[in-house]
Amino acid sequence: MIKRKIEEYFFKSLMILATIVVTGSFFLIVGTIFTKGVPFMTLDMITKSPGGGFYIGKEGGVLNAIIGSLYIAGGATILGLIISVPVAIFINMYMDGRYFLSNAIRVVFDVLFGIPSIVYGAFGFLIMVYFGVRASLLGGIIAVTLLVIPVLVRTLDEVIRTVPNELRDAALSLGATRWEMAKVVLRQIKPGILTAILLSFGRGIGDVASVLFTAGFSDNIPNSLHQPAATLPVAIFFQLGSPVEEVQGRAYASALILTVIVLIITVLSQLLIKKFSKYKI
Amino acid sequence: MTTAPHISVQHLNVHIGQQHILNDITINIPNKKVTSIIGPSGCGKTTLLKSFNRLLDNTKDVKIDGKVLVDGEDIYDPKAEVTHIRKKMGLLSQRPYPLPMSIYDNIAYGPRIHGTRKKAELDEIVETQLKATGLWNEVKDRLNSSASRLSIGQQQRLCLARGLAVEPEIILGDESTSALDPTSTHKIEEMFIELKEKYTIVLVTHILRQARRVSDYIIFVYMGKIIEFGPTEELLLNPKQDLTKEYVKGFIS
Repeated sequence: MIKRKIEEYFFKSLMILATIVVTGSFFLIVGTIFTKGVPFMTLDMITKSPGGGFYIGKEGGVLNAIIGSLYIAGGATILGLIISVPVAIFINMYMDGRYFLSNAIRVVFDVLFGIPSIVYGAFGFLIMVYFGVRASLLGGIIAVTLLVIPVLVRTLDEVIRTVPNELRDAALSLGATRWEMAKVVLRQIKPGILTAILLSFGRGIGDVASVLFTAGFSDNIPNSLHQPAATLPVAIFFQLGSPVEEVQGRAYASALILTVIVLIITVLSQLLIKKFSKYKI
Repeated sequence: MTTAPHISVQHLNVHIGQQHILNDITINIPNKKVTSIIGPSGCGKTTLLKSFNRLLDNTKDVKIDGKVLVDGEDIYDPKAEVTHIRKKMGLLSQRPYPLPMSIYDNIAYGPRIHGTRKKAELDEIVETQLKATGLWNEVKDRLNSSASRLSIGQQQRLCLARGLAVEPEIILGDESTSALDPTSTHKIEEMFIELKEKYTIVLVTHILRQARRVSDYIIFVYMGKIIEFGPTEELLLNPKQDLTKEYVKGFIS
């Protein structure tokens, strides 16, 4: 009996410890970014693009990178959704009886999910070279779209699989077509779609490797898809490499901005999930 | 039986994977009567029911042979329009599954997909069907609230109303009261008895007393075969087959 108690106690302590370590490192990371970033956080940082001497510590901000990141992560998520929702619906609702094929497709997306983002960046870069496209907002959006599609497909797939078969049967037995049934299922998984969007946006906005060669970098806010675009992660990367203390500090301020954007999106989607769950059964 | 059968099953064989679920089923379901399908768990009752509206098609590794004639038309004919077949039959499943939308939209869903768009017409359908299922007074002030917030019993009546709104000819019930409390069960049973004036009703049930209360005819299925078919009282009180005798023994004593 005493052995069982010790075992219980041991594993419980292990779980508590692991939880503390993980939550602790979260606060450590956020804390570091705050303490290092806040002193360099000025209004200019979020309202101005880099001025002439920005990279040697003079005036300007990272508005170009904020806008660029939002464009790329937002554009890629929207484009990704347009592609992923049909894929997820198709493998779940139109492939009855062809389980081998639908599972094979799932494996493909699992593999794509695991591919490092630099590979997508390199792939996107090759395509751009082939078509003679220069590093641009469009290039960045396409590379990040490739990156987020597996995230979206696999998340949507998992969510759709939680929908009870009886709900589909209910729609079908009212005489609904497959597509009409799919629309009912989509209503049911609205909160799940939001989660997928959040994950996709989060992965897209934070990635350096995929946009490094495809989006390029620019001190200006892009006003067309064909202009190069800065992104926050790349801006952080450049600034951190600078020997100037002021510039290094701004890297942390930029990281702070990136973290706050992700935080806002997360909180916003949590609020929306509640609203979207209104009719969920 | 005086009138022509509403559903006529001829030599229906269903295999799922290696299993022979339904074995040479031939049966005529009488028009505008309540017919109960009884039998032990796993005997193929639900499979038989689902073969009527072709929901069986979606089962993994399913193979269906034979004919199911509804109003004289073979529903397994490759040319048959499956949405049209399903529209003819309302399904009431074991647990209620309201659609993820408001009470109003649940009822209006069927008519909408089949082409009714006018608000006034939809309003009327919703009111009529909610009244028919006795829900109107309970929900008339919150038609726009979520259907999932109703009680289980109310949800099941909503599902029935939803099915009736597409003007089916046949109602299929798959152990429709098994998740409900006695009061809600009673309401649903009453409704079946009322509805047989206009509809042919086929119920799967494992409650013999329920079969006796609501049905005119009973089909006894065992190991994928129809053992006996007959008028309710006759089958329950004076079964001809030994297997049926054995199964309804608990009921008689």
